[in-house]
Amino acid sequence: MRILKSIGRSLAVGACAWAALAVAAEAGPTLDGVKNRGTLVCGVNTGLAGFALPDREGNFKGLDADTCRAIAVAVLGDAKKVKFVPTTAQQRFTALQTGEIDVLVRNTTWTLIRDTDNGFNFASPNYYDGQGFMVPKKLGVKTAKELDGATICVQPGTTTELNLADYFRSNKINFKPLVIEKLDEVENAYFAGRCDAYTTDRSGLAATRAQKASNPDDHIILPDVISKEPLAPAVRHGDDEWFDIVKWVMYGLIGAEEKGITAENVDQMLKSDDPEVKRMLGVSAGLGKALHLDEKWLYNIVKQVGNYGEIFERNVGKESPLKLERGVNALWTKGGLMYAMPFR
Amino acid sequence: MAQTAERFFAHDAPRRTAPWRSERVRSVVFQLAIVAIVVAIFAFFASNAAENVHRQGIASGFGFLQREAAFEIGNKVVPFNPANSYGWALLVGFVNTLTVSAVGIVFATLLGFVVGLARLSTNWLVSRLALSYVEAFRNTPLILQLFVWWDVLRISAPPDREAWQPLPGVFISLRGVTFPAPIYHPIYLWVAIAALLGLIAAIALGAWARRHRERTGRGLPSIWIGLGLVVIPPVIVFLAGGAPLSFDVPQLLRFGFRGGESVTPEFAALVFGLVVFAAAYIGEIVRSGIQAVSRGQIEASRALGLSRGQMLRLIVIPQAIRIIVPPLTSEYLNLIKNSSLAVAIGFTDFLSVGNTIMNQTGQVLEGFTLIAVGYLLINIPTSQLMNLYNRYMALVER
Repeated sequence: MRILKSIGRSLAVGACAWAALAVAAEAGPTLDGVKNRGTLVCGVNTGLAGFALPDREGNFKGLDADTCRAIAVAVLGDAKKVKFVPTTAQQRFTALQTGEIDVLVRNTTWTLIRDTDNGFNFASPNYYDGQGFMVPKKLGVKTAKELDGATICVQPGTTTELNLADYFRSNKINFKPLVIEKLDEVENAYFAGRCDAYTTDRSGLAATRAQKASNPDDHIILPDVISKEPLAPAVRHGDDEWFDIVKWVMYGLIGAEEKGITAENVDQMLKSDDPEVKRMLGVSAGLGKALHLDEKWLYNIVKQVGNYGEIFERNVGKESPLKLERGVNALWTKGGLMYAMPFR
Repeated sequence: MAQTAERFFAHDAPRRTAPWRSERVRSVVFQLAIVAIVVAIFAFFASNAAENVHRQGIASGFGFLQREAAFEIGNKVVPFNPANSYGWALLVGFVNTLTVSAVGIVFATLLGFVVGLARLSTNWLVSRLALSYVEAFRNTPLILQLFVWWDVLRISAPPDREAWQPLPGVFISLRGVTFPAPIYHPIYLWVAIAALLGLIAAIALGAWARRHRERTGRGLPSIWIGLGLVVIPPVIVFLAGGAPLSFDVPQLLRFGFRGGESVTPEFAALVFGLVVFAAAYIGEIVRSGIQAVSRGQIEASRALGLSRGQMLRLIVIPQAIRIIVPPLTSEYLNLIKNSSLAVAIGFTDFLSVGNTIMNQTGQVLEGFTLIAVGYLLINIPTSQLMNLYNRYMALVER
């Protein structure tokens, strides 16, 4: 049945591509599919603290989960109308390619091959990650460059080990790796003091610190970032309308933070004199129609889910166990990389 | 088979059988057919693999071995840095596996013999202890044991700043055992050569003393003379060279120790785990070998008035060895292969280097081939050596 559905869907994609040649901005199959179904099917991680992790009641919590909710609000007007599909690292791309999920928001790094050969389009990243180091506070280390001669715990992987060796080589300092396959074991080795430092993606370091450390305050994540891991929502090639929607939901979240629109003050902001805020919240009509969405799309998102900053702080920031700094994920106006395209 | 067929033919030569009824023709045809099927299956998979690799544009060949490895290896006997090639990284892993295997085999054999003899002890407590040891370690998975040893080390050892110092300069901590190492001096090479020459002389003396005893019935204290030959010349060379002895003493810096030599907890846990596991099996091999020596031999040696030690050394063990060696060989080979569980507890062995390289180059077929060849390179000579020893120890019938 699913195969038939996906064949039907890909035929529809093909038909749409032809139609798109004739009429620009023709309704795409994904948006119609989501509307007819009444739920958004969103691929997330099987369990990563801060990004997508089911709580005791089985509700997914996290930055990725809330990004899914924001898309659901934009399309269906209700943050509850999301079906979360947990995917593993191997399954995730097939799930998106076959149409099993409408959008993939699973801490997935945006790379050239994925953007081209694998057949995906990436919206603006919802988290800029990068490989970093965690060290016990009592060592008094301020930067990774001081780690000369240190023993560093690392999981064997395609790039983590290489980034580590490259970083130390380029800084002309030495280290001893302790390579352990299982995550639990590598974390245990670090917390026991077998290694001076532990390296992986910084969000992963924060999750480890929050979940495993007997006292999370005894460990600091160094400011150095030694690789680029932009984590972005992905959609299939061939449905520009849907791609636009996912892209602008991300810009909407960032734009709302930029304009200071929060879940609390969004109703007062409806009375704002700022013409851009008026366009964003649908007071002056036009933008919703262009996206084939309700004019109140962004009002609803902020009202129900919050702006990007609120989502960040709640899931991975100061209000969360992960306690990540905004860092490069701050707004561009505050020295970060979060930048929304103009709303006009 | 061939012989019976020939005999069969010789008798019935006049009654010519049709070729399809002939046993010899049939057996040749069937064997050829089986060989052809096996070759065809392999050829099918090989060509399939080659075609798929080509179609998906995956690189092939062993050219990648010369490319820069770009990763670091934590524990190494052979020097290595990320600028070295993949080939060199494999060699580092290979030497690591060899080291673990060699150390493991020596200790597993010693412990195994002790356990095997203890199993046969007339002392109830000793034999029961040995039995519980064997059953406990033979019946639980090795990987579990390795994790337990490693966790025990990790939990019980103090952090580097609170290291135990049993002797000045020797530190036992979570970072392993760190001890002072003599700084190399050219005279050491000559000391080693002197020791080697002494060893050769001692072996020659031993052989001569044995022949002398067989001929005249008079023994020489060849063990003491031999020991002197091995120890005295190197000492003389060392003293003549001015006795240059200075140590590289480990120092506790900000990150662990620097200087000296060290044994890492991963290496220790791996070797210990392998030894304890293999010794349980070796103990049983030794016990069964000894019990296979006919009871009459033991009774005869008692009748001759030999002490228990003499009986074991002169009568029982020489005969038991013949039975022990073949299964012992398999146990050695198992130990070598089991050392590949190293990656689970963070020791970088041949397999883990191979895995990393396959991960990075994507050349899985070549990687697996190299790993297989590597283990064959260790295991085949091991089993050949053991076979040689077995032939040497075999009962000589006159």
